[in-house]
Amino acid sequence: MDVKGTWRSLYWLFCQFELITCSYLMEPWEKVLFYSFNVAMAGLLLYTAYVCVLFHVGSAFQLLGSFLGTQRENALSAVK
Amino acid sequence: INHIVHNGGLYKRPFNEAFEETPMLVAVLTYVGYGVLTLFGYLRDFMRQWKIEKCQNATEREEQKDFVPLYQDFENFYNRNLYMRIRDSWNRPICSVPGAKVDMMERVSHDYNWTFTYTGRVIKDIINMGSYNYLGFAQNAGACQEAAAKVLSQYGAGVCSTRQEMGNLDKHEELEKLVARFLGVESAMAYGMGFATNSMNIPALVGKGCLILSDELNHASLVLGARLSGATIRIFKHNNMQSLEKLLKDAIVHGQPRTRRPWKKILILVEGIYSMEGSIVRLPEVIALKKKYKSYLYLDEAHSIGALGPSGRGVVEYFGLSPEDVDVMMGTFTKSFGAAGGYIGGKKELIDYLRTYSHSAAYATSMSPPVVEQIITSVKCIMGEDGTTVGKARVQQLAENTRYFRRRLKEMGFIIYGNEDSPVVPLMLYMPAKIGAFGREMLKRNIGVVVVGFPATPIIESRARFCLSAAHTKEMLDTALKEINEVGDLLQLKYSRHRLVPLLDRPFDETTYEETED
Repeated sequence: MDVKGTWRSLYWLFCQFELITCSYLMEPWEKVLFYSFNVAMAGLLLYTAYVCVLFHVGSAFQLLGSFLGTQRENALSAVK
Repeated sequence: INHIVHNGGLYKRPFNEAFEETPMLVAVLTYVGYGVLTLFGYLRDFMRQWKIEKCQNATEREEQKDFVPLYQDFENFYNRNLYMRIRDSWNRPICSVPGAKVDMMERVSHDYNWTFTYTGRVIKDIINMGSYNYLGFAQNAGACQEAAAKVLSQYGAGVCSTRQEMGNLDKHEELEKLVARFLGVESAMAYGMGFATNSMNIPALVGKGCLILSDELNHASLVLGARLSGATIRIFKHNNMQSLEKLLKDAIVHGQPRTRRPWKKILILVEGIYSMEGSIVRLPEVIALKKKYKSYLYLDEAHSIGALGPSGRGVVEYFGLSPEDVDVMMGTFTKSFGAAGGYIGGKKELIDYLRTYSHSAAYATSMSPPVVEQIITSVKCIMGEDGTTVGKARVQQLAENTRYFRRRLKEMGFIIYGNEDSPVVPLMLYMPAKIGAFGREMLKRNIGVVVVGFPATPIIESRARFCLSAAHTKEMLDTALKEINEVGDLLQLKYSRHRLVPLLDRPFDETTYEETED
């Protein structure tokens, strides 16, 4: 379990993010503002995805369940 | 990709020039970076206007706040919000001769690059990849320095007059004869400043009623000279001969815009090596076009004199052409000769005319004698007339260094612009944060580089520009390459997908566009 290596590669990824979004050049208070905005946006996205996914997966399983149920009923009526 | 067959066998050697296209992802991310910085720029401007933050840049006075705003345009916005953040990579003070290794004064900034203070420490022996020292004549010891010191003790440093009054020394006459012999032209004239040579002599050569065809990426001095002259200026695409031919055809067929009279003169302005791209002009084709359409050619060899050609005589020798084909050969002494100033060479009638009618000859102070002696000694060294083979060895060393450095950088996977043989090597950075990061990381590793961004380059194509020198030994280049490799991995600069864009050789019309090899 290479913890040190993982931390180093995560730090490197963070440095690449800093360079691409130019937060490498910002003063500390600007960085705080920018990162909090980014974290807020990311949190919002994750929450929406979580709720969306849960809802749609739930409804998909329900639909599947209703198909199987009607199939069993049809099969039973055929057998009868 | 070699271009040999398609232009009628004008080229005696392969012309390898490549400008790899910007990868789409990199372009998008660069715009993202600039977008974020612009938003923060607006925020900081807002805070400065509402006095939440102290305003440290230049603003109008209180009484002038109702006048037309002076600092609202994009250039000033860029200056105070983007340039200030990475300003420590430029204007670095050096305190030794700018040879292969240089000493630099260390400075820190405690208020994010608005002011700098010197710590007092001198960083020694930084490998200098930024000075235009192509043949290594920027030295403080050796034959050139001794000759210049002798002349300094004989003539002093100042001339105190213009060429036409009391400033025409016998050293100047000797220099001009030597330069004419070096270039293979009838006569030459030397001026004190390279920029002034271009901007003050083009107005003397062309005027109203003449046409100037200027390359897209010409230097500011050529652009200024063209604008000052009052002639009509038309721009052709960079190094694109189809575009130039179309403009020439239009000029001959249609003449002047309203009156349809023929143009008095057509002057084509090109440079030998373009220093931001590292590309070499397609001189055989330009000369063929010039002869076909009976126009004149002004060749600015600022970076190519001394740096190209088997004996260092510039781009004319590199292509194996005759110097009589070029009407006005201009160059500077700043880059390969380790001095300052510029020259113009050509036919005797032309140079005699310029001696009388050029602004620079009539109003500018003539060159300082030690500088003249430095040029004389270095030109004699290159030609081999001082009895040694030092000059020839330097020219060959530069060519070897160029080929080696470019090959190694391309193998590592960087995007390098320009011609295989040009000693100017631009390495593409693209993203604004990487401009500052590259400069700082290389300085930490004791290598001094020049990074360039907007407005010298298009806004997404920022680059680091290396200038190779004959004074660089192979060990220095290997050290530099190792560090560049490290920094390239650290900052993820290896964008190249090893796809070469074939140079456009079909006839150019409105429906053609740059193609990529897939």
